[in-house]
Amino acid sequence: MSMKSLLLPTRGALLTGVAATALVLSGMVATAETIRWARVGDSLTLDPHSQNEGPTHTLAHHIYETLVERELDGSLSPRLATEWGITDEDDTVWYFTIREGVKFHDGSEMTVEDVVFSLDRARTTPSGMAALHAAVEEVTAVDDTTVHVRLSGPAPLYVQNLTNTFIMSKAWAEANGVAIAPNYAAGEEAYSIRNAMGTGPYTLVERDPEVRTVLRVFEDHWDDAPAVTEIIYTPIAEAATRVAALLSGEVDIVQDVPVQDIARLEQTDGIKVMRGPENRNIFFSYDMSSDRLRSSDAAENPFANPLVREAMSLAIDRNAIQQVVMRGESQPSAAPLPPFVNGWTEEMHVFGDPDLARAGELMTEAGYPNGFTVQLDCPNDRYLNDESICQALVGMLARINVNVNLNAQTRSLHFPLIENWETDFYMLGWGVPTFDSQYVFDFLVHSREGSYGSFNGSRYSNADLDAKIESLATMTDLEARDAVIAEIWEEVINERIFLNVHNQVLAYAMREGVTLDVHPENQPRMTTVTFD
Amino acid sequence: MIAFILRRLAQSVLVMLTVALVAFALFRFVGDPIASMVGQETTLAERAELREALGLNDPFLIQFWNFILRAVQGDFGISYRLQQPVMELILSRLPATLELALVSGVMAFVFGVGFGVYTALNRGGWISGTVMTTSLIGVSLPTFLIGILLIWVFAVELQWLPSFGRGETVYIGNWWRTGLLTESGRASLILPAITLGLYQMTLIMRLVRAEMLEVLRTDYIKFARARGLSNRAVHFGHALKNTLVPVITITGLQMGSIIAFSIITETVFQWPGVGALFINSVRFVDVPVMAAYLMLIALVFVVINLIVDLLYYAVDPRLRVDRANARH
Repeated sequence: MSMKSLLLPTRGALLTGVAATALVLSGMVATAETIRWARVGDSLTLDPHSQNEGPTHTLAHHIYETLVERELDGSLSPRLATEWGITDEDDTVWYFTIREGVKFHDGSEMTVEDVVFSLDRARTTPSGMAALHAAVEEVTAVDDTTVHVRLSGPAPLYVQNLTNTFIMSKAWAEANGVAIAPNYAAGEEAYSIRNAMGTGPYTLVERDPEVRTVLRVFEDHWDDAPAVTEIIYTPIAEAATRVAALLSGEVDIVQDVPVQDIARLEQTDGIKVMRGPENRNIFFSYDMSSDRLRSSDAAENPFANPLVREAMSLAIDRNAIQQVVMRGESQPSAAPLPPFVNGWTEEMHVFGDPDLARAGELMTEAGYPNGFTVQLDCPNDRYLNDESICQALVGMLARINVNVNLNAQTRSLHFPLIENWETDFYMLGWGVPTFDSQYVFDFLVHSREGSYGSFNGSRYSNADLDAKIESLATMTDLEARDAVIAEIWEEVINERIFLNVHNQVLAYAMREGVTLDVHPENQPRMTTVTFD
Repeated sequence: MIAFILRRLAQSVLVMLTVALVAFALFRFVGDPIASMVGQETTLAERAELREALGLNDPFLIQFWNFILRAVQGDFGISYRLQQPVMELILSRLPATLELALVSGVMAFVFGVGFGVYTALNRGGWISGTVMTTSLIGVSLPTFLIGILLIWVFAVELQWLPSFGRGETVYIGNWWRTGLLTESGRASLILPAITLGLYQMTLIMRLVRAEMLEVLRTDYIKFARARGLSNRAVHFGHALKNTLVPVITITGLQMGSIIAFSIITETVFQWPGVGALFINSVRFVDVPVMAAYLMLIALVFVVINLIVDLLYYAVDPRLRVDRANARH
């Protein structure tokens, strides 16, 4: 049929057009084993070590595999490594027992050489994973099934850094000229960016960046065969279109469901929504150390005064933010870390109702009976309803006479403000990929020096606390270590470095008959999909 | 004629350089690409190193100069986001945008002229009234809303047409991927083409109608009728032909807009063209892609303007005489 007849609005032609299209659509209806999966953005690259980024890892987990797997509850389970631990002889060395009989997609056997090669590739710049492996000094194969990783000091949690470090074939990488991860400055495209060959449960069939990626089940995979035999992965950037594609039956699973659509989708026949907590909490922080604020009319820095910080924590109404801004889709909490992270306690989490009378007294006591002005910097395209949360906070702080000017902008303008210490008061969301409090302390609490404190926008600096934080990295007695974590948290909470709002909640929408559980790091595996 | 073309070409180069300069001056306000390029564990020192290596610390005039130096050699660099050569990336996305623009442009022109002539000749008829009223929707609703509305009706409720994407595509030659040769490709094209072309169609229709009404009142039309020419000859041979100069100008310029501003339509329908590529690049502060895209759009406008000028020559002989006289 010609294009023209499809477009002519005559009755006959329109009907033919419709009939033809209906045929096309029915041809697209999937068999029970195919999953058509949509989310907001595509994986940036298929190279397993190039980018340390969520959607990129999510797709990579289907083609490549890691040594250890992060379970839905946050615990670790064996994947390409069957056992791991710190060696008895030397507490700076980790051993990994490599699974036998694992085949790459090209039929070759995976060996310890491939593991050593991959860990080395991942820790060598310009790999995006290098920061996670900064403490690694040497990776060696000691026998046919064991790999040793020697670190610069005892590192009790090193294995936690391996959940997104993928194993690739040394022979394949060398044959295709990608023995090191691709470089931004290289000037040409590396083979591994659009081609992939791993040990994972699916092989790459088709890769059309930002259009669609097709994966088919790998018959020789070492693990049980998954229910899903084919994956068609499509990024759909526009929220309304993404939801429409699910409603019209063109996709089976939508990963990034807009908050305002969740309730409506749940009411829709044939559609269901799965929810779960995300490994990311949303908080505000402020410059506590400068003498003056750049955006404030106050003669001194009001945030340096603990009374002001306490007053602000009494003015914020977390439940109102949850009900009004988030439409119920969040977990309000005073604890600046997600609940499944080691170091989280019930005491940190609980918060009372706002107490404006007491907050007002504190402001007067602090010397700000008439309040002060300050600018709040906020992203508008990074977290769920980020700008609306900030707007809500502006209203809440106005009730204690803190006059906030909201500056909401895109993330590429927002985050440099924190990096360059150019903001007085800002919003930040933080996920904890290692599932341990040390990660929060390293980046947000420790004074800014070397690899520490890069997201510490509060300029908070406490030598005592810094020493404790540094000691965590090498403590192998986990009980003693947990005690130190609790001590640090007590200090951080007392100092009110963070004004926490909530933990984000994730929602996946899917057609009835399909079940995909929410992954805390928003990295769902299609191997876990079940059909009714 | 040749001197005219050469002069226009020289002007075009100047226009493109200006566009590039303005673009580079603006890029500083788009944000810092580094934050989206590296993981959150990357130290500040490593970030500074990468920024230096990419030349992001240079003053914008130097960045601009380096860009021009490489661009004249045909090298637009590597995308920060997708790590593919920018030129290859844009060329691979261009067919999708051009097909969409062409189909919606042709549609807008054919239906615009058709409805315009019809409503001019049948003033007061109920069909004309309906067409004129519905055309108001075309000019007053934003593209975004029209797209969502069409998706809602034709994809979700009726399930006749796909809501996103380009369907199956096949290659013609080495790099031109077309959706026009497959059923699903054509089906996928309908909604985005209507969305993109509706405004243009309305514009052309109203323009043709107004021009036709104007021309139909003139003396030479009366003479033509007095000579006993058929309605058909009067309407199409004399009246329509004389309305076409402004219509061609507008259609030509709108063709540029269709390509340049297909951004919204492409985003709504997840159409894998250069517009969607540009939007994603802005989000990521992918400077090389943004720069190349803006140059491309400037080029499109420049070329279209040139073609429109040449078409004037073909359609209206008076212009030929005037310009020739003016120059001597």
